[in-house]
Amino acid sequence: MKNGLIVSKIKNGTVIDHIPAGRALAVLRVLGIRGQEGYRIALVMNVESSKMGRKDILKIEERAIEEREAELITLIAPEATINIVKDYEVVEKRKQKVPDKITGLLRCTNPSCITNNDPEAATKFKTLRKSPIELVCEYCETRITEQEVLRQILE
Amino acid sequence: MQDLISILDLAKEEVLEIFEKTDALLRGKIRLRLDGKIVSLAFFEPSTRTALSFESAALSMGGRVLGFTSEESISVAKGENLADTVRMLDNYSDCIVIRHKFDGAAKFASEIAQKPVINAGDGKHEHPTQTLIDLYTIKRIFGTPEGLTFGLLGDLRYARTVNSLVRGLKFFRPKKVYLISPPQLRLREEIRNELDYPTEERVDPRDVIGDIDVLYVTRIQKERFPDESEYEKVKESYRVDVRLVEEMRKDSVILHPLPRVTEIDRRIDSYPQAKYFLQASLAVPLRSVLLHEVVGGVEA
Ligand SMILES: [Zn+2]
Repeated sequence: MKNGLIVSKIKNGTVIDHIPAGRALAVLRVLGIRGQEGYRIALVMNVESSKMGRKDILKIEERAIEEREAELITLIAPEATINIVKDYEVVEKRKQKVPDKITGLLRCTNPSCITNNDPEAATKFKTLRKSPIELVCEYCETRITEQEVLRQILE
Repeated sequence: MQDLISILDLAKEEVLEIFEKTDALLRGKIRLRLDGKIVSLAFFEPSTRTALSFESAALSMGGRVLGFTSEESISVAKGENLADTVRMLDNYSDCIVIRHKFDGAAKFASEIAQKPVINAGDGKHEHPTQTLIDLYTIKRIFGTPEGLTFGLLGDLRYARTVNSLVRGLKFFRPKKVYLISPPQLRLREEIRNELDYPTEERVDPRDVIGDIDVLYVTRIQKERFPDESEYEKVKESYRVDVRLVEEMRKDSVILHPLPRVTEIDRRIDSYPQAKYFLQASLAVPLRSVLLHEVVGGVEA
């Protein structure tokens, strides 16, 4: 790493790069990783990036990222790249697209929305803007900002 | 036509076609029939006026009506949920007219039902059939709603009739729309941002009253306030009284989706500008045309 912060390569697992500075912990939260799971993890925060100014990087050994997790990561890290490592080599580089629709993952902030009042009504949001993320509830049209998405992920 | 959840589910041409048919119906040029068809009324939130006008519309065309007009009267009170009730009505009828206190309930119902769903008011979200009546009334009086100056007065934050109306006005390029309300009851920002015609926020209608062609008054939606103290701060904060109407132009009009509480002085009823009873009288013919379009009846 050219900035001199040495983090050794992982053998098998996933490297998530181009996370906005300071959000690596939120990405871990998306993956449901709190530390007790036993994964070997390297977390690099606020390092220089030619593309983003500063960025975070996350390396997780022996852990694959599912499609649904990758989608959720794009909500808080739209530029993130997901590298799959096998035997110290990057065998696949994924740039996940921000989904056009997000179903069931987030809550609507409007207490009178049907999705907060009927157990059968799952939330459904349409993506209005991808970076930073802005969503609109398909039922009541309440808008959800990036700040709210982060709040819900971190709570 | 399938579902009518938002006024923007219609194209301008469809709105104009509904108006033309309503004209023809009122002039006795066409007869609309719904023989053998059943319309469900699912009024989870109590309503008299809207429910009765839909019922009258269906019956006048020879259709039949089933359902309920208040939550207490049905199994919802016994714990049956919205989705199950909609599934039942979907089996029993050709169309479901729904009113519900939660935002988005009509859309949710439309995703469950195979039959068309008409939104008769969902929380503070939309009430598109009222907007059709409002715009049709304006067309009857002015020839067209095109290019007029509007003053929307009252609870612009929680009134679903206002949400649907400001959206419906996008079809008719108003000259200007004054949004007149106490600061706490302003039109929600995200709705205002989508409007493509000139708007201006005001607190006192007196400042602009001489400019206005159509003064549209709404009741404060007490039941939608998050808490009572917020309501207490704004209740009776505006009122259309004789002094205000005296300042209106003679060819301007006052509309109100009714029911009203105290926001219009009853002495105004006899003024030439008071057109809310005409507006109310157009509810049945307009909803007849709409039901006929949606259910697919016979025209003669
Ligand atoms: Zn919602």
